[in-house]
Amino acid sequence: MLKYVTKRLAYTAVVLVLVSLVVFIIFNFLPIDPARLTCGKSCFPALIEANRHRLGLDVPWWEQWFRFMHGLFAGRNYAEGAAALHCGAPSFGYSFNQHSCVTSIIGQAFPVTFSLAVGSFVLWIIVGVSLGVVAARFKGRFPDRIATAFVLVGTSLPTFISGILILLFIALKFNLLNPIEMGMWHSPFTDPFGYFKEFIFPCITLALAYAATYTRFTRSNVIETSSEDFIRTAKAKGLSNRVILRKHTLRAALSPIITIAGLDFAGLLGGAIITEGIFNLPGLGRLSIKAVLIDYDLPVILATTLLAAAFVVIANLLVDIAYAYIDPRVRVG
Amino acid sequence: MTTPFLEVKNLNVSFPTEDGEVMASQDISFNVALGETLAIVGESGSGKSVSNLAVMGLHNRARTNISGEAWLNLPSGPVDVISAPEESVRRLRGKSMAMIFQDPMSALHPYYSIGDQLSEAWRLYNEGSKSDGLKRAAQMLDLVGIPDASRRVNEYPHQFSGGMRQRVMIAMALINNPSLLIADEPTTALDVTVQSQILQLLRDMQKEFNMAVILITHDLGVVAEVADRVNVMYAGKIVEQAGIDSIYYDSLHPYTMGLLSSIPRVDQLGGHRLKTIPGQPPSLIGLPSGCSFRSRCEYAGMVSGNLCATEAPLLDLKAPLHSSRCHLSIQQLNDVNPSDVRSAHK
Repeated sequence: MLKYVTKRLAYTAVVLVLVSLVVFIIFNFLPIDPARLTCGKSCFPALIEANRHRLGLDVPWWEQWFRFMHGLFAGRNYAEGAAALHCGAPSFGYSFNQHSCVTSIIGQAFPVTFSLAVGSFVLWIIVGVSLGVVAARFKGRFPDRIATAFVLVGTSLPTFISGILILLFIALKFNLLNPIEMGMWHSPFTDPFGYFKEFIFPCITLALAYAATYTRFTRSNVIETSSEDFIRTAKAKGLSNRVILRKHTLRAALSPIITIAGLDFAGLLGGAIITEGIFNLPGLGRLSIKAVLIDYDLPVILATTLLAAAFVVIANLLVDIAYAYIDPRVRVG
Repeated sequence: MTTPFLEVKNLNVSFPTEDGEVMASQDISFNVALGETLAIVGESGSGKSVSNLAVMGLHNRARTNISGEAWLNLPSGPVDVISAPEESVRRLRGKSMAMIFQDPMSALHPYYSIGDQLSEAWRLYNEGSKSDGLKRAAQMLDLVGIPDASRRVNEYPHQFSGGMRQRVMIAMALINNPSLLIADEPTTALDVTVQSQILQLLRDMQKEFNMAVILITHDLGVVAEVADRVNVMYAGKIVEQAGIDSIYYDSLHPYTMGLLSSIPRVDQLGGHRLKTIPGQPPSLIGLPSGCSFRSRCEYAGMVSGNLCATEAPLLDLKAPLHSSRCHLSIQQLNDVNPSDVRSAHK
């Protein structure tokens, strides 16, 4: 097992290095000059060139990449003399747009996205899985129809509709959310209630769409597993229906859910662009969309892309390790 | 004759579907005594599994119509498992009656170790810790001939071969010492060499535990090897019921005769084709009137009038301990039974 994990970790590192390389190459061929973007209307050629040098954009892309990788582990210094600045390790570069090290920008945005991801994940797993199990248990009867209706609504309402509906007709209508406070960070430690209020609606919005998919998936998995031969064996043993469901059916039916749950969660950690946008949450999603569409803030784009890739790759690894514990057939020597 | 352990009387099982009611098993009556092996033979869809799943209470009662009786003569008194409450039938499963299934590859839970699955069955009816359960599981594995049982008890189903898994299934079924074992095509999914080992094991276990065994199969070779008595089923009904020798040597039903003459025999020289029964079994939805076998029966013409088409034959006693569901008289049946089958076996 240890050998397997080590090997997988090495692969993970390789994948991330490749992702960073690809991003660097793409940026190198973009028709945008990042140095030109540093000074807006007041630009003149000498300033552009000076900034180009200060940001290290005057060397070939592979050397830029090398400096980036070095900065990740050792921190990085930009410019010299009075204008000198330092971004400590792990340095994801310097955003000229925001006059700040990318790492600290990310550091501010990540807790927001993380809260949103964890909150909605918990909600959608609880709602989706339990509703799916209930629907399967009462297949074709009233609870199943309720679940089917929920699935239909959840999957056909895109978050940009459901989010706006929830915001306008619940959160704002009943004064549950102060529009002025929206987007302000409430620490869960000093202001748990403010934190809860800030996140509960976006979490519900995001969870709604996911929960519907999970209800569907759980329902069909439980129904399929119930007709397996080993469930008939469990019945023939004399086990009660409750024990069969809890111990035999769910164990087999829910295992595949771990795989998609891990990947969905990791995907969310990269930022939920629409939901963050609707609720004005300053998370990674809004950060990336702003960096891409408005600021052309390449260091930020690079950092968010790499992070999103890292989350997915690491989640993949964790899912595989978890799976090996759950399913003895995929256990490796 | 000893009191039978299981007495099935007029058992009917049918499934309502959108296309109509599927009459899966009709008018099933049979007995099995402790220490005795009853084979139930028939082709796919003849109702042999369905009727026994009903005895085990494994049908979904909401989606199945079951009528009739199936009495288990337990030491505490007889119980009719058809009319008894679901919960009390559940408490008989695994303890008084057990079942093993056709495909041992899929009948064990892939995520739990063999020991866990056996000990779960044991602890359901016995006071004991998990380690007691595992010890008992290892004993049972040893009994059914799994080498190195105390180590293998911790392994998972995918680490066992098909034959070994069927041994595990047998060990699990027998762990609470049931009085009735229903084996539903236990050797169908296995290699021929492994088949005979499993049959031998079933025989040994029957002696060891003094069980009533019902062996469901479509393999007449298997029947000849282990059965004391045989029920031949066709289109949901028992068409012939007799001791093993009577079935093979003095069959009194055209369907059984057809089955027997369709088996290749080592004592016959080659050069001729095997006999087959023409046609297909009827659909179990809206069964035709009269005898279900008549359209495939060579001898339907010998019955006077149009009796085969108008009146369903009853399972009549035609000879001592030998019943047949046929309008032909014993004399006619004896005459049509291909003499080569009888003489060759004798």
